[in-house]
Amino acid sequence: MLTVLVRRVARLLVVLVGVSLVTFAILQASGDPVALMMPEAPESDRAALRQAMGFNDPLPVQFARFVGNIARGDFGQSFFHREPALPLVLARLPTTVLLTLLAMAVSLAIALPIGIVSAIRRNSVFDHTATLIVFLGTSMPVFWTGIMLILLFAVQLRVLPVSGWESWAALILPAATLATFSTPLLLRIVRSSMLEVINLDYVRTARAKGVSEWFVICRHALTNAALPLVTVAGLQFSLNLGGAVITETVFAVPGLGRLIIGAIRQLDFPIVQAGVFLIALMVVLVNFAVDMLYLYLNPQIRVR
Amino acid sequence: MAIGTLAPPMDAAAGLAHVAERSRVWRKFVRNPAAIAGALILLVVIGAAIFAPYVAPHEHTRQSLIRRLTPPVWAEGGKATYLLGTDQVGRDILSRMIHAARVSLIVGISAVLVSLTVGVTLGLLSGFLQGRVDTAIMTVVDVMLSFPQLLLALAFVAALGPSLLTIIIVLGLTGWERYTRVVRAEVLALREKDFIEAARAIGASPLRTLLRHLLPNTFSSIIVLSTLQVAQAILQEAALSFLGVGTGSAYPTWGHMIALGRDFVSVAWWFPTFPGLAILLTVLAINLVGDRLRDALDPRVG
Repeated sequence: MLTVLVRRVARLLVVLVGVSLVTFAILQASGDPVALMMPEAPESDRAALRQAMGFNDPLPVQFARFVGNIARGDFGQSFFHREPALPLVLARLPTTVLLTLLAMAVSLAIALPIGIVSAIRRNSVFDHTATLIVFLGTSMPVFWTGIMLILLFAVQLRVLPVSGWESWAALILPAATLATFSTPLLLRIVRSSMLEVINLDYVRTARAKGVSEWFVICRHALTNAALPLVTVAGLQFSLNLGGAVITETVFAVPGLGRLIIGAIRQLDFPIVQAGVFLIALMVVLVNFAVDMLYLYLNPQIRVR
Repeated sequence: MAIGTLAPPMDAAAGLAHVAERSRVWRKFVRNPAAIAGALILLVVIGAAIFAPYVAPHEHTRQSLIRRLTPPVWAEGGKATYLLGTDQVGRDILSRMIHAARVSLIVGISAVLVSLTVGVTLGLLSGFLQGRVDTAIMTVVDVMLSFPQLLLALAFVAALGPSLLTIIIVLGLTGWERYTRVVRAEVLALREKDFIEAARAIGASPLRTLLRHLLPNTFSSIIVLSTLQVAQAILQEAALSFLGVGTGSAYPTWGHMIALGRDFVSVAWWFPTFPGLAILLTVLAINLVGDRLRDALDPRVG
């Protein structure tokens, strides 16, 4: 168990170095960052700054310095705000995490019951309708869904605010939009993992014993179907964070995604790098936690 | 020598089996009305994209301020010449949607070709060579999976400067890891099969085994995955255009039309609605066809 843990932590660190390399590459891809920092300065000033900031060093040296800076939480100064990038990004983080968690809760609340019923009544009208909705949901662009919800609830019915993040009512449309994006995928997974366990021998044995159908589903089938669900939680989290970036833009939610999109438009790369790295870091850590949980939950792996 | 004389009848039998296999796939495919509907929608979209200048009722660039924000033909105040209404500078929305189909399809298909080349190559190497190569490639896959694809694409398209080519390459290079995982898993399963053992036993080189025996057996998975990946790439391109990091040209795209229409959502509902419906129908059609292909090509199902 301990060697497994050590190996996983080593892998985590390697992946994080890879993540920093990709983040590092963003600024490199932009060409000349100094030209973005001081657009009006004469070439001699730019050359001096380039030298001072180490942009003339070989790339591996620059990358090593970048990793060292990240480890200390230093992503450089925002070109636009003229402040350190990391605190600006961190300040926006709670909003995005709240939005993501809200949407995940909503999609779980919808996908779990519908997925289970779909699996139990396979090929019924209910199942086919659910499948159709899954197809529709996965084919809708999330930003368009958001605009359509605005059109319906804010413009036509006038029951919810168009944008903002000040009241609880303002959270409903962004969370609902993000949930339409993630629910179909989750529903599909719930349904297929339920289908896999529902006809296994031990479930049939439970039924044969005369245990009530409801108890069979909850106690025997669902606990075993939950394992694949745990593994996709990390993937879901990553997908939802990606979706949150767009959703925040549609609803003017003051979160990390909106900050990153704004920074991308202004070519403010320190903010972009800090934001992208932070999101990837969260995904990596959640996946690591899921891995550990999986090890803990699955006795077959634990024994080995 | 004996093998030489036996070869022709064996080939003929294999050929027949091949034809039978193909017609089985085809029969299973056409039995499904949703897949047929999807294929028809797709044909209309592809046709519209190819013949855009001929089928679009108006020039997609022609503005007319007196006709700005004309509602669609069936709504009050609609005009028969502007079926789906006009935008904020009086351009015909239907004509712009027809032209925009070109961008979506070109980006969708080209980006997937890039992902396919990179992903399948790495997947074959990973599954076939195993060991350190496998560990290295799978670590790269893990790194790519740590980023939401859209976020990475946004950052790199902005850094490299928005253009059609940038979008294709960036979406292609951020979307290959599913191919790698699928192909790797298939190769790992196939390696143990007798026919691969036999190929090795008669002295086939590793490269020949890889290209002649392993690769063709992953084709059906690759085809199915590709249809779904085209749908994803179209959605990603639309999101990039919507967020203003698009093709960098004035040529209409569905995502950019929705971005423009968003500001007029309270006075002209049709403006953001129809381009979005175009995305929805196209992506839905591809997904329906892809899903049916999966069922038809997978001998294990039904």
